[in-house]
Amino acid sequence: MPKLEELQDLVVQVRRDILRMVHKVNSGHPGASLGCTEFFVALYNDVLELKPVFEMDGIGEDLFFLSNGHISPVFYSVLSRKGYFQVEELNTFRLINSRLQGHPTTHEGLPGVRVASGSLGQGMSVAIGAALAKKLNKDSHLVFSLHGDGELQEGQNWEAIMYAAGNKVDNLISTIDYNGQQIDGATKDVLPMGDLKLKFEAFGWDVVDVKEGNDLKAILEGLKEAKSRTGKGKPVCVLLHTIMGHGVDFMMHTHAWHGKAPSDEQLANALGQNPETLGDY
Amino acid sequence: MTTYTDQGKNDTRSGFGAGLAELGRSNPNVVALCADLVGSLKMEKFIEENPERFFQIGIAEANMMGIAAGLTIGGKIPFTGTFANFSTGRVYDQIRQSIAYSDKNVKICASHAGLTLGEDGATHQILEDIGLMKMLPGMTVINPCDYNQTKAATIAIADHHGPVYLRFGRPKVANFTPAAQKFEIGKALILSEGSDVTILATGHLVWEALIAAENLEKQGISAEVINIHTIKPLDSEAVLKSVKKTGCVVTAEEHNYLGGLGESIAGLLALHHPTPQEFVATMDTFGESGTPEALMEKYKLNNKAIAEAVIRVLKRK
Repeated sequence: MPKLEELQDLVVQVRRDILRMVHKVNSGHPGASLGCTEFFVALYNDVLELKPVFEMDGIGEDLFFLSNGHISPVFYSVLSRKGYFQVEELNTFRLINSRLQGHPTTHEGLPGVRVASGSLGQGMSVAIGAALAKKLNKDSHLVFSLHGDGELQEGQNWEAIMYAAGNKVDNLISTIDYNGQQIDGATKDVLPMGDLKLKFEAFGWDVVDVKEGNDLKAILEGLKEAKSRTGKGKPVCVLLHTIMGHGVDFMMHTHAWHGKAPSDEQLANALGQNPETLGDY
Repeated sequence: MTTYTDQGKNDTRSGFGAGLAELGRSNPNVVALCADLVGSLKMEKFIEENPERFFQIGIAEANMMGIAAGLTIGGKIPFTGTFANFSTGRVYDQIRQSIAYSDKNVKICASHAGLTLGEDGATHQILEDIGLMKMLPGMTVINPCDYNQTKAATIAIADHHGPVYLRFGRPKVANFTPAAQKFEIGKALILSEGSDVTILATGHLVWEALIAAENLEKQGISAEVINIHTIKPLDSEAVLKSVKKTGCVVTAEEHNYLGGLGESIAGLLALHHPTPQEFVATMDTFGESGTPEALMEKYKLNNKAIAEAVIRVLKRK
């Protein structure tokens, strides 16, 4: 188990990667990528049980599905720093002939990605399918997924949420990035979704509330708690309260940086707040 | 010409059900999903014999497509079952992203395609599904003609890696292909050789094409009838060879002429061998309620319509 300080160093480095990737091509989604940085670092470095080499079928290891594919920068950075591919490849993000497409895909064979995502609302269904396959294969490993809170406005999620509870898919941990923001504004203004905890519980899920979704220790405790609740007849939801744009003061608490790249000056400012730790790519 | 005998009317969806049941016994990786239409899709036998490999999804087709995509990740070969309308148009984006673009080994099995669904009317009679599915890169599109061929196709697609759209229907129609005939994806079948015109038919229209060819022969017209059970990948070689011999072509399908088999053939011929072509298809219209026979008559999708199209195309040679 890595030390918390080591994970924190990785968090800062991943944040730098995100900012530099998005800045270079003047496009991409930094806001929720930054908001989920601690989650990804914790998940990939201290939660998921992974095989050393990527195989599509994922038999005998935990699986992760990113449903809100637009936060690909954090996904790519964490995958590369976990060793799925060379960190230098982050240089190709969103450029022509790259495996690092704007939204993640299996199409170019990028290790670590098992399904395309970007068109929202589809990832939980896929995660359920993978979880059902694990049960058929008598594979006791778990399936994790991540979804935006705004993404839950897509109806397919509720088909999936109903199915998972109704069919006791209890080897699934779906995390909701509960940042309260979406492209057009605050979720409460765009389409109020009510109390997500009550909704998931009403659908028959076990819910773990992580109030400090940008605190590594809180995330690790929350995911540990979530794991302890698997195998008990209910799918598990982690409501991860995060701050969009976390770690860069002028990007925080606003939807403005959902899908916008920083200028040269803004990048310098943002990087200044996150000094290099493990080395830039 | 070669003549064929109806071995007894049967529905293509029952061919699917029989094929799926056989796969249940022969291939442990085959799993099946259904969105509340088990009886209509004839999936009971598979479910009875393999309850642990069947997933009742409920009336939630989008979720079904996603779950199917996920099941492939653990090495399963999922067969989804619902009506053609709900297998395609309703879930197009799910198929596009989670299955086709993600190269997932899902078999989308679609019953009640086309007008012959009958009395339920246009809401359920999809005539655009072949077009929707053939436009997806990497998607194989199959529309078998009778019970035996649908059963054989169902079994064959399990061994093909990649997404497949298998289209079949509701009514009992002539069952005339040999029960033991192996199904080869993408390999057109020349049912009857001829020299004056090529009739390229798919699905329920294949039997009608054979009847039309028999009637045309009585008028001294020699028609070559080819069963294009696989619309994508198209057997270009077989089509071009026949059309080069006959010099004109009629395409016949239970689908809109926009996006269907006829359009694929027109595209092929425009590139390689421009040839007069007539379309037996629906003409950019929705269907309506009625008996299958009455609908196929009204929308000109029967042997009479094929014979008339042959007369028209011969004049354009």
